[in-house]
Amino acid sequence: MATTGQRKRLGREELQRIIDLCRAVEERGLDPFLINVEDLIAVIREYFPEWKLPEDLVLDAETIQHLASVIKMQSEWVKHRSTSLYTDPFLLEEKIRRLSREQLGTIFLKSWRPIVEMEQISPHSLMQAIRYWNELIPMDERWQKTQFIEIETGTATRNELVEQKVLADKMFSEELDTLWKELIQKTGEKEKIEYWDFIGASTFEETVRRAYLTSFLVTYGYATMEIDRLEEIIFLKPYKKPVSFDKKQVTSVPVPISFDDWMKWKEGRMD
Amino acid sequence: MERRQNGLKKKDLYVSKIKRAAHLLFFRRHRKPGVKGWELRKRLGADYPKVLGILDSFLEKLDLQVKTVFEGEAPKEKPSLEEYDRARFYITLRGGLTPKETKMMGWRIDDIAGLAITISSIISKKGKAPRDEIEKLLRDKLPGWRVEINLDRYIRSGYIAEDENRQLYLDWRTRAEIDESALIKLLLGAES
Repeated sequence: MATTGQRKRLGREELQRIIDLCRAVEERGLDPFLINVEDLIAVIREYFPEWKLPEDLVLDAETIQHLASVIKMQSEWVKHRSTSLYTDPFLLEEKIRRLSREQLGTIFLKSWRPIVEMEQISPHSLMQAIRYWNELIPMDERWQKTQFIEIETGTATRNELVEQKVLADKMFSEELDTLWKELIQKTGEKEKIEYWDFIGASTFEETVRRAYLTSFLVTYGYATMEIDRLEEIIFLKPYKKPVSFDKKQVTSVPVPISFDDWMKWKEGRMD
Repeated sequence: MERRQNGLKKKDLYVSKIKRAAHLLFFRRHRKPGVKGWELRKRLGADYPKVLGILDSFLEKLDLQVKTVFEGEAPKEKPSLEEYDRARFYITLRGGLTPKETKMMGWRIDDIAGLAITISSIISKKGKAPRDEIEKLLRDKLPGWRVEINLDRYIRSGYIAEDENRQLYLDWRTRAEIDESALIKLLLGAES
């Protein structure tokens, strides 16, 4: 008579064997009916009362899971056999071997309905292609463009880098500070100044630069904007000390700066 | 009088929709031929199945048809608009081809016989067969050097697909062009 330990070892081996068998059917596409599910369930049931340890219970669950997937394969097999498409592979193979190439081809043509599709160029696409061709740079010119120009390495001064716009002549924070002081000075005794009167400069480029920096003055709490919606005028109000917006409600106000607006302001015709 | 005018307007509308549907279906616009149902709905309106039905009856005279390939299995009852939207539509031949016509299309009888064997074997094996097994079957009737070339051609054309484990499956073109059950019945019923 086998001891409990021996029986447990035997049971584990049996479950592992069942798992391997199910895996072989799943992975190699074997006939799922090679497995007698009822017999295997009886084996699983026989050893189930022995399992107390978690790893044994996991092995038991794994066995059931593999068996379930074999049952699923069996059900799919039955479903396929019941459809009109089911054919015994051996019978079909035998038929194929006996038929000549010509017979096989003729049979296939009776069930083949090839897709009909066309390719056609339109006058519109032809025109587009000609335009593209005319604008296309010849190959030898294109290759020339990708050639490298050899330049000797050297040193550059800070001023040279500023001229080449690699470095700004002032630090950004310095520029903001200067502009803030200018805003305070221009506002003077009055509480606020009209937006365009502050950002407007002799060139359009400088105006855009000032507008860009002013937006940071407002964002960082150096100044605030006041909008007269009736007259559609924007005012700038500088703060004596930068203000934190942590607990205040902040809104974003886009201000378009167009060349026309700048021209109107310059000519003193700003509405 | 007014009713007659409305009828004419409706007819004009359908004529224009049928033309648009023919353009969409005949000219290839994507990598694969055919048009998805949702694309047709976008271009022709929600009544596109009706438009395709009328186009199909026009094409009958030319031995062509509008073929609907549903996603997964074809619905047993009247398909819903959602099922149509997910389906793919093609224009295919309505009747069969003669061997002479296939030569003009660039297919030799060997290539066609090989395709017939490949597809029917995959169908008989529940839609999946190892490439080695199909190659062995083809070598019985075709010279060895042609077998690999032919299988690769069927894969490139979209009749079959191959996975990393060298298993062959039926691909989109087989579903669009081949009457699978007719092929099997004809093969089994053929007298050798």
